[in-house]
Amino acid sequence: MAHECHCETIDCQTPAGNEQAPSPDRREWVKGMAAVAAGLMAAGCTDQASVDAFLQKHFRELSKSELQEVLERLEKQYSEQYGKDVEVKATPAKEGVNFGYALDISRCIGCRRCVYACVGENNQSRDPQVHWITVLEMDKEHGVSLEHADAYYDGEQVPREGKFYFPVACQQCSNPPCCKVCPVNATYPDQDGIVVIDYDWCIGCRCCMSACPYGARRFNWSDPSIPSDEMNPDTEYLGNRPRPKGVVEKCTFCLQRTRQGLYPKCVEACPVGARKFGNLLDPKSEIRYILENKRVFILKEELKTMPKFYYYYGL
Amino acid sequence: MNASSKKLAVTLAAAVLLSLGVFRFWAFSAEEKEGPEKEASAAEEDGGKKTPAPDSKPPGAQPQSVMEDAEATPVAPPPFSPGIFPCSGCHEDLDPNPTVRTLKRKHTNIVLEHDEKNRWCYDCHTQGNMDKLHLASGKPVDFSESYKLCGQCHGPTLRDWKAGEHGKRTGSWSGAKQYLLCVNCHNPHSPKFQPLKPLPPPVRPKDLRP
Repeated sequence: MAHECHCETIDCQTPAGNEQAPSPDRREWVKGMAAVAAGLMAAGCTDQASVDAFLQKHFRELSKSELQEVLERLEKQYSEQYGKDVEVKATPAKEGVNFGYALDISRCIGCRRCVYACVGENNQSRDPQVHWITVLEMDKEHGVSLEHADAYYDGEQVPREGKFYFPVACQQCSNPPCCKVCPVNATYPDQDGIVVIDYDWCIGCRCCMSACPYGARRFNWSDPSIPSDEMNPDTEYLGNRPRPKGVVEKCTFCLQRTRQGLYPKCVEACPVGARKFGNLLDPKSEIRYILENKRVFILKEELKTMPKFYYYYGL
Repeated sequence: MNASSKKLAVTLAAAVLLSLGVFRFWAFSAEEKEGPEKEASAAEEDGGKKTPAPDSKPPGAQPQSVMEDAEATPVAPPPFSPGIFPCSGCHEDLDPNPTVRTLKRKHTNIVLEHDEKNRWCYDCHTQGNMDKLHLASGKPVDFSESYKLCGQCHGPTLRDWKAGEHGKRTGSWSGAKQYLLCVNCHNPHSPKFQPLKPLPPPVRPKDLRP
């Protein structure tokens, strides 16, 4: 094998026993550094910010000062990209809160107002299109049956004769299969029950997508496109900040809103008031009233995923 | 009976009398305090519902759009057509006509599809005071409290609405919420929720441009 040393002494060209040749340790170190540099180049790291991004730790391992640096870097990046002041927060989960969601399928009319409100609030890509909520149209004849469901219905008016509507998004499981299969722990249930994703730690393997029995996770096949004027600048690190290409995303119960005490955007967008949200640990909350007084069920109960998304019949 | 037990008996008797007296005085003063409040709430509410103390309303203020439950919940303003309220603006000079008929001069857009066989305007609107609604008992009700009128027939719905189950709420899950009145979503004259045009369906995966 050719000698890689660049010194020009004749001696150095001799195969062995030369005192001046670099030691194997040093050679390995140089090679290692070259590999790191090549890796950084391959990852598109051409400036300090992208080197920092490349070397960033998992969200839960960041110290306070490191987190602050990350948030500032992201704010700068997004503000430049979208041409307006973008705020990236990392609000921790509130103590004594476990979020639950209820949806009245006797009232939902399938108008998809929630779908597009969610897209706007959570900075989903417009092209290629990413929707976190899928509204299924089902036959009254068959009842709740995913075999008789159509997500692509259209028409002049809803509800259509003989049909009912069944919106599905992340069910925020208490026993989430997606988090079990993630090989890098990029997705995990937070203290308030919201299953979150560290988009900067996600490697895009999509194991979580195949593990999710509800088809609730979406993959960014290319760089997301969000019109600057429609981009929501009030963002959270684990929530609605613009996602990079090649990571998985999904509903986060609008944590940028709900951790500030507000209702999720879909709740406020629903024209028939079919969507309900609250703290499962608060006995006075409307979600508890529904669980205690209405006919409630969860989707695919037999899988023991224990969703915190409840479907019910209000009528 | 020796002297010490006599003393004890006297002390006990005195203590009992004293406590009775104190109780009577306490009960009397409580009665005195409760008296006017009870009357006021009886006058304001019919049918055993709780009301806030009358002095919780600022004196001389417009009727508050506040539920009568313990926690005050603001309700959206009633959805009047522009320029239509106060009704007395026109109706003051008109003679009330309770005959069931097709309206030809005004309110021609109103189609009554709400137990129309048994009802007409003055079953909810008040003859002689068109700026108010009234309950079956005749008690006047402000437009901003029209849910009381609706709840006379739709009791379980009113119960669920108060609990936050029926209807839309906006604001904060943990704090101040905005309720909508029944009539913000249901046209009181034709309350069935109207169909909507659905927003576009999602792109099929095979058509997604990567």
